[in-house]
Amino acid sequence: MSGPLLEIRGLAVVFPTRGGLVRAVDGVDLEVFSGECLGVVGESGSGKSVTFLAVLGLLRPPGRIEAGEIRFEGRTISGLPEAELRELRGRAIAITLQDALTALNPALTVEQQIVETIEAHDPDLPRGRARRRILRERAQELLRLVGIPEPARRLAAYPHELSGGMRQRVMIAIALSCRPKLLIADEPTTALDVTIQAQVLDLLAELRERLGTAIVLVSHDLGVVAEHCGRVVVMYAGQVVERGPTAAVIGEPRHPYTRGLLRSIPSIAEPERPIRPIPGQMADPIRPPPGCRFEPRCSLARPACRLPIALRPIDGGRAARCVEVAA
Amino acid sequence: MRPSALLERLLQLVPVLLGIALVVFLMMQATPGDPVELMLGDALATPEQREALRRDMGLDRPLPERFLHFLGNAATLDFGQSFHHRRPVADVILERLPATIELTLAAMAIAIAVGVPLGVVAAVRRDGWIDRLATILGLAGVSMPGFWLGILLILLFSVQLGWLPVSGRIGFGAEVPPVTGLLLVDTLLAGRPASFLEALRHLLLPAVTLGLAMAALLMRVTRTSMLEALRQDYVTFATAKGLPRRRVLIRHALRNALTPTVTVAAIETGTLLGGNMIVETVFGWPGLGRLVVEGIFTRNYPLVQAAVLLYAVTYVLLNLLADVLQTVLNPKVRL
Ligand SMILES: Nc1ncnc2c1ncn2[C@@H]1O[C@H](COP(=O)(O)OP(=O)(O)OP(=O)(O)O)[C@@H](O)[C@H]1O
Ligand SMILES: [Mg+2]
Repeated sequence: MSGPLLEIRGLAVVFPTRGGLVRAVDGVDLEVFSGECLGVVGESGSGKSVTFLAVLGLLRPPGRIEAGEIRFEGRTISGLPEAELRELRGRAIAITLQDALTALNPALTVEQQIVETIEAHDPDLPRGRARRRILRERAQELLRLVGIPEPARRLAAYPHELSGGMRQRVMIAIALSCRPKLLIADEPTTALDVTIQAQVLDLLAELRERLGTAIVLVSHDLGVVAEHCGRVVVMYAGQVVERGPTAAVIGEPRHPYTRGLLRSIPSIAEPERPIRPIPGQMADPIRPPPGCRFEPRCSLARPACRLPIALRPIDGGRAARCVEVAA
Repeated sequence: MRPSALLERLLQLVPVLLGIALVVFLMMQATPGDPVELMLGDALATPEQREALRRDMGLDRPLPERFLHFLGNAATLDFGQSFHHRRPVADVILERLPATIELTLAAMAIAIAVGVPLGVVAAVRRDGWIDRLATILGLAGVSMPGFWLGILLILLFSVQLGWLPVSGRIGFGAEVPPVTGLLLVDTLLAGRPASFLEALRHLLLPAVTLGLAMAALLMRVTRTSMLEALRQDYVTFATAKGLPRRRVLIRHALRNALTPTVTVAAIETGTLLGGNMIVETVFGWPGLGRLVVEGIFTRNYPLVQAAVLLYAVTYVLLNLLADVLQTVLNPKVRL
C-alpha cells in the first residue's frame, strides 16, 4: 500500500462547556506511515491527547468532532457507526492512555483485562477448557513480550499491586494483544522515573522493529522524541505548528514555538546553555487569537502575525505555520 | 478476603455490642415508672407481694450486677416476659420476625431489580427521556408517603380490579406448617403450589409499596455513581480495547459504580428489618413494626428493649455485610 496508514485532515474537536465552546483541536493535519515512529510534542493542553482520542471515536460527550476527516488505510473512519469503530479499536489501532493507573480497571486482574481484549477480537477461539488454557497462555506470552518477569504470577495481580512501570507495560501488553498496525502511546513515560522511562521507550522501539507496528509517541519531551522518532509533529493550542523529519526540525527549527520548546529543555550538545521556559501562557482555547496562536507569546511577532495562517510547506518534507516561512 | 480478617472484624463487634447493650440497659433504668407497678398493672397487691416480685425480678440487686444478669439473659435470648402478652418476649418477637423478614427481602428484591437497571440506563442515556422520567419517578418515589401509595395500590388492585387480597399474609385454609417462617419457602417445602401463589398474592402489594420507595433511592444512588464511573479513564480504555458497549457498561462501569449502591441497600435493609409500622398497618401485615409500636404505646418495656437490641445488632451486622461486599467488588478495599 502506498498512502499513509493514518491520515488526519482538517480535524477540529470541540467541547461545549459552561464558559463557552472549547476548541481543543482546530484544523489538525497529519499522517502516520506504516512501520514508522511519529513523535507528537507540545505543551500541556495543546490538544495531543484529544486528537488521538478522536481518531478512535473515544471523545467523551459532549466532546465531538466538528470538522475534518480521518482515514485509516485509505478508508474514512471518522463518523463510522460504533459497531464498525469497535472492529478497529484494539485490533487495527490500539492506544495506551496517559495515566496507566487510572486506565486499568481497579477491580479486575491483569489476566482478566488482557483476556477480554483477545476475546473481543478473536472469533476462532475454541470453547470450554481449551479456551481458558489458550487465553492464559497468550496473556502470559504478552507479559513476557513486554518484559514482565514471572508472568504467571503477575496475571493474578490487580493494578494497584503493580509498580508504575509495570502498569505501563501491562497497558502496552493489552494494546498489543491483537497485533495492531498502529499503536498510539500517549505519554507512556511521563509518570515514570528516568530509568524506567528509558526501559519503556526501548521496549516500544524493539516492538516496532519486531512486530512492524507503527507508533505514535505523544510526549511533552522533545528529547525523548529526538531519540526515538523519525518524524515529529509539533502542536500548539490545538494546531500543528511545525512538522518534518526530527533531525531537521530539531537541527533547524522554523517555528518560534519549536525554538522555544528546544530552549526549554537541557541540551546534550551544549550542557552550559541556560534553560529558558517559554514566557506567557497557552492561548485560551475558547477565544484563541485570530491569527497565529503563538503570536501573543512570540518575541518576533509583527502585525502580519494577526492574520490567519496555514501550514506552509518547506523543502525536505517539512512545513511550519509561520509568516517567516515564505508562502 | 481472608477468613482471619473476617473473624477479626467479628471480634471487633463485641465491644460495640456491649456498648449498645449498656445503653439499652441504662435507658431502661432511666425510664420513669416502676417496673413492678407496670408488671402488676391494675392488679391489687399487698406491699409484701410487691416486695417479693421486686426480689423475683432482681430489682433489689446493685446496678452492675443487674447489668451482668441482663447480659447473660440477652445472650440466651431471655428478655423476660412481655407485660402485655404474658409470654416470653423472645417468643413474641420470633413469632413476628419472619413476616417482616419476608416482606423486607421481597421489597429489597423489587428495589434492586427496578432501581439499579433504571439508574444505569438513566446515567448512560443522560438527559434522555428515560433519565427524565426516572428522575421524576425517583422524586415521587422518595417523597410519596408509604401509606398513600399503599392505599392507592389497594384501591386499584384489590378494590377496583379485585386481583389481589386487601390484607394479611395468607388466606384461610391455605396455611402450611411453619418451617422457616417465610411463607414463600414453607409453602414450597410443603409442596403446596396453590398456597405459594396465595402467599405471593398477599405479599405483592406491601412489597411493592416498600420496594418502590427503596427503588427510587437506589436508582438515584446508582445513577450518580454510574455517571461518575463513566467519566473514568478505565471506561475509555475498555472502549479503546474494542469491547462491546454492553461489556464496557456492565463489567467496567457498573461494577465499580455499585459500591455506594451496596452500602445504601445494606443500610436500608436494616431499616426495613425494623418493620415498617405504617405499611404493616395499611396491609394488616403481622410483622415486627406494628408489634413494637404497640409495645411503645402500652409501655411494654421488656419488649421494646429487646427490639432495640435486635435493631442494633442487625444494623451492625448489615454494616459488616456491606463491608464484606465492598471487598468483593473492589480488591483494593481490605477489611
Ligand atoms: N472533556 C473536556 N472538556 C472540556 N475541555 C477539554 C476536555 N478534554 C480536553 N479539553 C481541553 O482540550 C484541550 C486539549 O487537551 P489535551 O488533553 O488534548 O491536551 P494535551 O496536549 O494532551 O495535554 P497534556 O500534555 O496535559 O496531556 C485543553 O485545552 C483541554 O482543556
Ligand atoms: Mg494528553
